[in-house]
Amino acid sequence: MTVERTVEAVWRIESARLIAALARVTGDVGLAEDLAQDALVAALDRWPSSSVPDNPGAWLTAVARRRYVDGVRRQVGFERRVAEIGRELAVTGNQAENPMDEIEFDEHVEDDVLRLIFTACHPVLPRDGRVALTLKLVGGLSTEQIARSFLVTVPTMAARITRAKKSLREARVAFEVPVGAELAVRFADVLEVVYLIFNEGYAATSGESWYRADLCEEAMRLGRMLAALAPANEPANASEAYGLVALMEIQASRIPARTGPDGSPITLLDQDRSRWNRLARAEFERAAARTANETERAHLLRRAAACVSGS
Amino acid sequence: MRVMVLVIGEERDPSEYGEHVDEFEAMGKFNEELVKAGVILAGEGLAPTSQGKRLVFPGPGDAGAAGARVLDGPFTEAKEIVGGFWIWQVSSMEEAVEWLKRAPFRGQTVDLRRIMEPADLEGQVPQEVIDAEARLRAQVTVADGS
Repeated sequence: MTVERTVEAVWRIESARLIAALARVTGDVGLAEDLAQDALVAALDRWPSSSVPDNPGAWLTAVARRRYVDGVRRQVGFERRVAEIGRELAVTGNQAENPMDEIEFDEHVEDDVLRLIFTACHPVLPRDGRVALTLKLVGGLSTEQIARSFLVTVPTMAARITRAKKSLREARVAFEVPVGAELAVRFADVLEVVYLIFNEGYAATSGESWYRADLCEEAMRLGRMLAALAPANEPANASEAYGLVALMEIQASRIPARTGPDGSPITLLDQDRSRWNRLARAEFERAAARTANETERAHLLRRAAACVSGS
Repeated sequence: MRVMVLVIGEERDPSEYGEHVDEFEAMGKFNEELVKAGVILAGEGLAPTSQGKRLVFPGPGDAGAAGARVLDGPFTEAKEIVGGFWIWQVSSMEEAVEWLKRAPFRGQTVDLRRIMEPADLEGQVPQEVIDAEARLRAQVTVADGS
């Protein structure tokens, strides 16, 4: 197993939590991602000679934190910035002595990841920007992987991601989970992004890239994440996420795997999608019939209808 | 890709579980992490082999044998017993390895096995058989409501 592949695997596991924790402290997901990327570069440089550390997440966190502290020192004067952050944290009721100590994999982290998801799917961004940023920041995919999946060039995708990060900064989008009535609307936005990712892989309207099957898997993973991370005080969110996961599973069960044992591509079979869609709809109605909650049932059926017309 | 994680080790009597509360708690935390990362598709611990059965099917060379022989547990002759399993969805075997390194095991052996996908059978098995299995799979997905 090469070190590069190991580092990539560690990145897949740790990047969302790392970026999220950094974004909470810096208040800027773009900067947070840059710091996390710096840590990744350092890992690629350092780990081949010194072997992968026992706790690679903590290692990456420590490096990213050090970069941030160094950067802040250089740019605006460390003391003043710490005081500013200290005040912000005091306002939000956080009593930390030193805000830098807060970048840990502690109990905040899952909330941070949910904040990251809501930020990446923020309505200030165009839909393609939300999709790209979600895959980049939450999915831990590289710009190259995302570009390949969406059949665009790497510079095009890189520009899209940069633009999205810039828009978030300019709009001063707060790094937070919305509350109250806004939560339901914004949660639907997030689910939409996940479903767009799934459909991109599922519909495969242009080109026959086998990377697109990976998009379906990634969307299902994001759906399960949302179901697990959804705010506990609003159970409707979690059931909507489960509903979406169910829909994606039903559709995905009709996609034979596109990769062989060694990950090599296998060309798409000719598929009668119209027949699939009828099946998906019929079976989704059966799934919906088992759902006790009226609102939830209506929601599932709307999604089923969208899947028939949209793909 | 999906992988099956097989936890292999010496069988432990459930009456001793009380002495290992800390291990259960650590495993609970690990599971929570997996769930929140969207990695877990399924996972269970298995009851002792004393509550299990083993069926031994006769091969072509076994003269006179008709059906399968049914044996009662426990499987005392085997030192290594599958005590539990997970099914994970990951992007690579390396990711599965990195996840598994974080698991709080002590003294067990844990195997990671990639789950076969229909593509593995293509060219080996007639396409009708693969298609039939895909249809069954779709039915199961709906039937279990997941």
